[in-house]
Amino acid sequence: MDRASSIPAPPEKRRSGPAGLLKFVVRNRALYIMLLPGLAYLVIFKYIPLSGSVIAFQNFNIFKGIWHSEWVGFKWFEQFFTYPQLRRLLVNTLLISFYQLLFAFPAPILLALLLNELRSMVFKRTVQTIVYLPHFFSWTIVFGFTYMILSVQTGLLNNLIESLGFERINFLQKAEYFRSIIVGTGIWKETGWSAIIFLAALAGISPTLYEAAKIDGANRFQQLLHITLPGIMPTIVILLLLRIGNILDLGAEQIYMFLNELTYKTGDVLDTYTYRIGILGGQYSLTTAIGLFKSVVGFLLMVLANRLSKKITGEGLY
Amino acid sequence: MAIKRSLGEKIFDVFNVFVLTIVCLLVLIPVIHVIAGSFSSTQALIRNQVFLLPVDFNLDNYKLVVQNRTFWNTFKNSVLLVVVGTAVNMVMTLLTAYPLSKSYLRGRKFFILAFVFTMIFHAPLIPTYILIRNLGLLDTFWALVIPPAIGMFNLMLCITFFRSLPEELFEAARVDGMSEYRILWQIAVPISMPIIVTLLLFYSVNHWNSYFNALIYITDRKLYPLQLYLYHLLAEANAIDNYRGVTTVNLDTSPQGLQLATIVVATVPIVVVYPFLQKHFIKGAMLGSLKE
Repeated sequence: MDRASSIPAPPEKRRSGPAGLLKFVVRNRALYIMLLPGLAYLVIFKYIPLSGSVIAFQNFNIFKGIWHSEWVGFKWFEQFFTYPQLRRLLVNTLLISFYQLLFAFPAPILLALLLNELRSMVFKRTVQTIVYLPHFFSWTIVFGFTYMILSVQTGLLNNLIESLGFERINFLQKAEYFRSIIVGTGIWKETGWSAIIFLAALAGISPTLYEAAKIDGANRFQQLLHITLPGIMPTIVILLLLRIGNILDLGAEQIYMFLNELTYKTGDVLDTYTYRIGILGGQYSLTTAIGLFKSVVGFLLMVLANRLSKKITGEGLY
Repeated sequence: MAIKRSLGEKIFDVFNVFVLTIVCLLVLIPVIHVIAGSFSSTQALIRNQVFLLPVDFNLDNYKLVVQNRTFWNTFKNSVLLVVVGTAVNMVMTLLTAYPLSKSYLRGRKFFILAFVFTMIFHAPLIPTYILIRNLGLLDTFWALVIPPAIGMFNLMLCITFFRSLPEELFEAARVDGMSEYRILWQIAVPISMPIIVTLLLFYSVNHWNSYFNALIYITDRKLYPLQLYLYHLLAEANAIDNYRGVTTVNLDTSPQGLQLATIVVATVPIVVVYPFLQKHFIKGAMLGSLKE
């Protein structure tokens, strides 16, 4: 079957024009055949759903299908921005994302800096082994751990609160604690793992810079300020921009596990609402409009982030 | 001045070790608490006597898990999902990454852009759901295998790795009359073990850990993966947490011990693989940091 591909395809013999292209494809058909399953997957599972997003502009009826459902223009988008209940979703999403940016983003940088200052390699490795571990737990299991700490009946923290003479608090069922719990458990699970990238950046800083600074009489804090931080700044900037590009993506896997009817007020976000009202409730068009809005904003932010990144660090995200 | 500085440094070093020890404790205490609880008696759990060591050490909770047919069924489904799902992931990713790593391939830039575009412009959930439904995959095992067949980030990692391999090696094989399939399988794969182990681990951990896909696509309880079973188990526990104080009568049948033992058993596969392959995971995370 592959006799033709046994002839080497030297890159220097590239000829332009349709005839040259055809010849190239025939000669390297094994490579193109190999690519077919991946391309089929890409078209079917990524681009067909993408074009299926037109139902955001329809009053989509699953029995009539895309071709026969009536068009309603921007009706669903208008609803999304005017109904207070729907605006709440956007506010919740943005607020949780903002708190994550404020607290969860700097945490791994701090951890990497502390790890980097350790003298004992054995201790350093032990700490690393321990803090990377939670990354590999599923959100259901992390919720199990959280439940055992915060449960009103049996939670460890509540036992402590009670022994100090205060009233037990129903953390998991109260809307006012929801965002803090999401940010906190996110920090618990991912800080260690996210620190790896910063540790790699720290390892890339040339030791001669530190030696020169020592000769100049700089203490460790000054070295941190003038060598270490500037050294990892490009990594920080790139990851920050990447995070901002994903500001509307919160990961339903986590939030849906923690969410219940009592915490919708502060915790219901775009993704969880889409699941409940779209898939369970059958409101396909409205939730597609929400999804499309998310995709477009995410795309624009990502393009913007890439531009900024190239300008600031000279390196793009893609 | 020299003495003063070294004193400051010493204080900082002690402080640093102290802070990191606290961090480690914060990570470990919830885990140890759950393990200790899973080996404790129901009475001890209800009376909140368990902290970091089991109270009335026994294996009753694990006996309950072992006897639980729902647990075994979902466990079996998850193992099958990890094996079949990861196999499909690997075949699809390697087959796609290999041709796309050839710098002389005509149309390469276009194809890569087509893949990258889906990383920055996500297809919304609902049209994907409708597609899966129209394909008749709803409520089948394949709904968990085929839609996530290629992880775009993993694909990019694999392409980057293949590009670093010397092309002369493949040229020589072609001169010897080897087909591209045999070159991929017998030359490229054996020398790409670092990336292959990394991808295997990323994909399999992902299959083992996720429940949301199953929540969307699977309603048949016989097809539930373990994580979806855990989701329902824990969501239920959380829902009745409010009322447990009121219904004291049912306390003896409190399933908390069962929940804890199930959590521990569901985590065992991860914890067993973890120390073994930690370095590969880390390599993978670093590969990701270099260039997408």
